[in-house]
Amino acid sequence: MLLVIEQLLNGLQLGITLFLMSAGLTLVFGIMQVINLAHGSFYMIGAYVGATVAARSGSFLLGIAAALSAAAVAGMVVEVIVLRRLYRREHLDQVLATFGLILFFNELTRIIWGRQPLMMDVPAWLGGSIELLPGLPYPIYRLAVIAVGIAVAVGLWLLFSRTRVGMQIRAGAANREMIAALGVNIRLLYTLVFGLGTLLAGLAGVMAGPILAVESGMGESILILTFVVIVIGGIGSVRGAVVGALLVGLVDTLGRAFLPAMFRLFLEGAAADSIAASVASMAIYILMAGILVWRPRGLYPAHWS
Amino acid sequence: MNGIFTRKTAIVAAVGLLFALLPPLAAALGQEYLVSLFTRIVIYAIAAVSLDLLIGYAGLISLGHAAFVGLGAYAVGILYQHSFQDLPLFGIFPGSENALVVWPLAVLAAAVFALVIGSLCLRTSGMHFIMITLAFAQMLYYLFVGLEAYGGDDGLSLSSRNTLPLLDLGGDNQFYYLCLFLLAAYLLFAHRLVHSRFGLVIRGASSNNRRIQAIGIHSTRYRLVLFAIAGAGGGLAGVLLANHSEFVSPGLLNWTLSGELMVMVLLGGLGTLFGPVLGAAIFLLLEEVLAMYTEHWMVYLGPFLVIVVIFAKHGLFGLLAGSRNND
Repeated sequence: MLLVIEQLLNGLQLGITLFLMSAGLTLVFGIMQVINLAHGSFYMIGAYVGATVAARSGSFLLGIAAALSAAAVAGMVVEVIVLRRLYRREHLDQVLATFGLILFFNELTRIIWGRQPLMMDVPAWLGGSIELLPGLPYPIYRLAVIAVGIAVAVGLWLLFSRTRVGMQIRAGAANREMIAALGVNIRLLYTLVFGLGTLLAGLAGVMAGPILAVESGMGESILILTFVVIVIGGIGSVRGAVVGALLVGLVDTLGRAFLPAMFRLFLEGAAADSIAASVASMAIYILMAGILVWRPRGLYPAHWS
Repeated sequence: MNGIFTRKTAIVAAVGLLFALLPPLAAALGQEYLVSLFTRIVIYAIAAVSLDLLIGYAGLISLGHAAFVGLGAYAVGILYQHSFQDLPLFGIFPGSENALVVWPLAVLAAAVFALVIGSLCLRTSGMHFIMITLAFAQMLYYLFVGLEAYGGDDGLSLSSRNTLPLLDLGGDNQFYYLCLFLLAAYLLFAHRLVHSRFGLVIRGASSNNRRIQAIGIHSTRYRLVLFAIAGAGGGLAGVLLANHSEFVSPGLLNWTLSGELMVMVLLGGLGTLFGPVLGAAIFLLLEEVLAMYTEHWMVYLGPFLVIVVIFAKHGLFGLLAGSRNND
């Protein structure tokens, strides 16, 4: 039972990381109608810059600040130089151009930081673990990640539903010409939204730094999970991103943790482990296929696109 | 329509002649490694042409084409391993090294997988389709990474190529000509296909699906069949790649290969069939040349791609031949 709770928390923590990634990406998809494969690169930039600054300065918070600014600035520069030209192009052009960006960023990090993965330490004040229930210690750092994720989700909801900028963004998604005619600088607004999305990706990256290895190409494995989340949740829907991220995080984590034991009930040890490992790695895709058959446009098809 | 001697046929004839004469040319120049490089070009061209059927003609942007390549390659590897170890697959089927048995089975496996995946993916369109094809391909990637029985992460080594009566596939020149023959056959087949009634429906649905459906044609069924045909092409490329390098690894299923195939299609020219052949040649030659100067060649390739996308939409074949979509 304690093991189940522990794995549920791990699943929640993966879900939070996926939510930070997919919230930014789904906004860009839904509002600008642009498919951005390079979103994982900003996750990677956040992780690398965060790890480097935190190691050099000795301050984890400084590392986070640097990671967020680096990801946001890189995102806005990419938007202005490349993506802005692609908004009215076909999806194919967007896929190819952003594929080119991935190759560029991956190789650039190899040139700057080398091929060896970087390790990032958990700061002392977030180290150790606390006993949530008797006999269930849980790392404080992972709890902090969960808390930050929930705070971001609430913040995004407030931004979109309660502020003027949020209203303009929603209006811009519904009718670009109309909002431009009303005197809103829609280009600037798009750049800011894109920067917000990459900032969230950078946050996800730097927070994943102490949990995973920071290496070139780390953005792509998370990007594909993010796509699964968005397909499940529905393109352009932040609520769908929340639900999809939690579903994917939980199914993936619980599948890896408990499928081997379940398979061992009716198969021999080694064979059971190998089959269970394969099935567990496919679990989220099977989930996605199931949801797709049931609802081809995702759980929460966006109403604004 | 414009007679036989257009710029387009001239280019096709010149490139075809170059490909046909490559082994003696390489021998004359004393650069035998060129045969191996061009074998890879020819094999990638088969995969790129099959992807062009989907992207260029049906407007279906599949970012998971590597799945079919990998599946074809793994079918060769798995059957080889079972034959080598004399251990029947699933306890029933003996493995095989005979190309006449293995190759059709591998291509069939890729086509069947394409049918299954396609029937799910084709329920969606646009951005969803791109993401879902990518996700299913990655699913297969992780599946093979996890399959320790077939090498897992490290992949499978074959100690020799498959066998074929009369031909010695171990000989590099003979293997090259066989690949070239298969490319020509697939090109001819694809050409006939896109100009048939079937191809008209596919192209019609690409420009206005609602109208095609309104005149009473179930375009989704046509698209599904095309998806399977393209998957079979990818599988064939995988079979040849496995035999060429005598090695199969999950890397063949990775999404970077899907992306590279897409780049080849675009570099050569979308919806031109012959364009992707040129695209594959440019991409692999560019890689070869850049890799001679710097290990970090991708840092140049990336921005180059972005520039090509933004400024040169019609690809090289379009640029040389002057027009697109009516070959």
